[in-house]
Amino acid sequence: MSFFLRRAAFYLFTAWAAITINFFLPRMLKGDPITAYLARNQGKVSPEAIDSLRILFGLDNPKPIWQQYIEYWGSLLSGDLGVSLSKGLAPVSAVIADALPWTLGLVGVSTIVSFVIGTGIGTFIGWRRGSRAEAIVPIATFLSTVPYFWLGLIVISVFSTTLRWFPASHAYSKGTIPNFSFEFIGDVIYHSALPAFTIVLTSLGGWVLGMRNMMVTVLDEDYVTVAQAKGLSPFRVMYGYAARNAVLPQLSSFALSLGFIVGGTLIMEMIFSYPGLGLRLFEATLAKDYPLMQGMFLVITLSVLVANILADVVYAIMDPRSRQEAAS
Amino acid sequence: MFDEELLTLDDFSVTYEVEPPVEAVRNVSLSLRRGEILGLAGESGCGKTTLAYGIQRLLKPPAVITSGRTVFHDESGVDIDINSLDAAALRAFRWDKASMVFQGAMNSLNPVLSIGDQLGDVFEAHRPGMSRRERTRETGDLLDLVKVGRNRLRSYPHELSGGMRQRVMIAMALALRPQLMIMDEPTTALDVLVQREILDEISQLREQFGFSVIFITHDLPLLLEISDRIAIMLEGRIVELDTPEHIYRSPAHPYTKRLLESFPSLTGDRGAFIRDGEPAGARS
Repeated sequence: MSFFLRRAAFYLFTAWAAITINFFLPRMLKGDPITAYLARNQGKVSPEAIDSLRILFGLDNPKPIWQQYIEYWGSLLSGDLGVSLSKGLAPVSAVIADALPWTLGLVGVSTIVSFVIGTGIGTFIGWRRGSRAEAIVPIATFLSTVPYFWLGLIVISVFSTTLRWFPASHAYSKGTIPNFSFEFIGDVIYHSALPAFTIVLTSLGGWVLGMRNMMVTVLDEDYVTVAQAKGLSPFRVMYGYAARNAVLPQLSSFALSLGFIVGGTLIMEMIFSYPGLGLRLFEATLAKDYPLMQGMFLVITLSVLVANILADVVYAIMDPRSRQEAAS
Repeated sequence: MFDEELLTLDDFSVTYEVEPPVEAVRNVSLSLRRGEILGLAGESGCGKTTLAYGIQRLLKPPAVITSGRTVFHDESGVDIDINSLDAAALRAFRWDKASMVFQGAMNSLNPVLSIGDQLGDVFEAHRPGMSRRERTRETGDLLDLVKVGRNRLRSYPHELSGGMRQRVMIAMALALRPQLMIMDEPTTALDVLVQREILDEISQLREQFGFSVIFITHDLPLLLEISDRIAIMLEGRIVELDTPEHIYRSPAHPYTKRLLESFPSLTGDRGAFIRDGEPAGARS
């Protein structure tokens, strides 16, 4: 029990530290949001509007930093992340809520699919060590070294520009309104085909190699020989004994990559003009849209934390030894 | 009890096909009688373990059985030629007729499965008709038998000491009441006291169930004490096979002599090694 309290305390502390750093970081950058906003809308903003903007953003009479910090916490807890400068003063929480499902859907599903397929292939070729299945290893190595933006560009030029099989950008056809009809969902899947394919293909190699290498290591363990000597079926030995142990390090990397789903696909979303968080973050950075950036960073940080908690739980279920540390 | 043959090895050879090839076991012929403890002694790398794995066909490439026949004379009267069994028949043979206790007490158990699961999957594989309740009762009985206690069924290997893990392995080896148990240095990783307890345990269980044992170790004094016959192995060959009495009093092969001399005794007097404090003559 005290283990869970300690873990909870650890995560609370990490969350606090992340949120605090998130508060200070943008304030250390050069330039202020209003100047950037004005530069983008040159001559279109009246002096009165400029003044009211400065008041709105609290730039007219700077408060001491500790007071800003306390107010920041207050509005954070009430779900208010401020307004976005680059998105026509829309609430930051609304901008994020708009972009998040697209990223979670595309990158989340692709990451899980890639992990499942890659670990499956890795289990198989690790088990069949020395057979012809090993031919997959150099292919996997190659795939894991291919930069995904490069593969993304190739995929666009082949399947979209040349063959015209799939659209090269956006999450759904222009002019349609998002809803839950089969037609729209089909359209979304159609649009996500190329980016999803690119993500799966480039991350697949890592899962295959990681699992294959762990399988080869675990297969040399005594308990696998014991399982074979016991006359268990090959299926039981492969899953219950070999893969069951080999998958443990895979789970840690999987949790890490789950954490990066939200923030780690900036370039991918730029290439495919996919309306997810990555693209918004990129736009926000260019526009010096501090409130939006802060909100994004916060969501990214919290998602990494949540992924870690998830990994902790799964690990405790899968590995009894980690539970023992819990008891001590 | 020792008249019937249980296992016959004829001209058995194993080669590791590396560069240059290593002939780990060379033309070994051996017969094991029902109910006896056959000790197999020799220095590290002499091929003892390879021979044991070879009998069960557990060797992995690059090891290849290059010659020989291994015949298991089942108590039903059927002779089983182990080398000609197909994969399914071999799986059915393993553990049911001949089980093993392995060298590494620490690594023989799967760290992520409970003791009960690992004992139970033997029954799942070999006695598919058994209900879950029967399995639990049976595995509990086994743990009681080796004095680990059935309350450990839900423990994981890391929660047990080395001695307890080896007892669990012995319980597992006993599960299907096999006719042969191959023990590959079962006590090497344990301290002397635990070693003693486990050896007593094995002797007692053997009396109770009447299985034959091939006991592999580099510890010749230990074998002198527990074996019915001892085979001395050198560079893949069996150079001497005799009763402990003869091996000890009148070793025929110079290597056997060297092996005997290499064990120092506490009193400085060769042959005075006695492990349990009793004089050698007091043991029946």
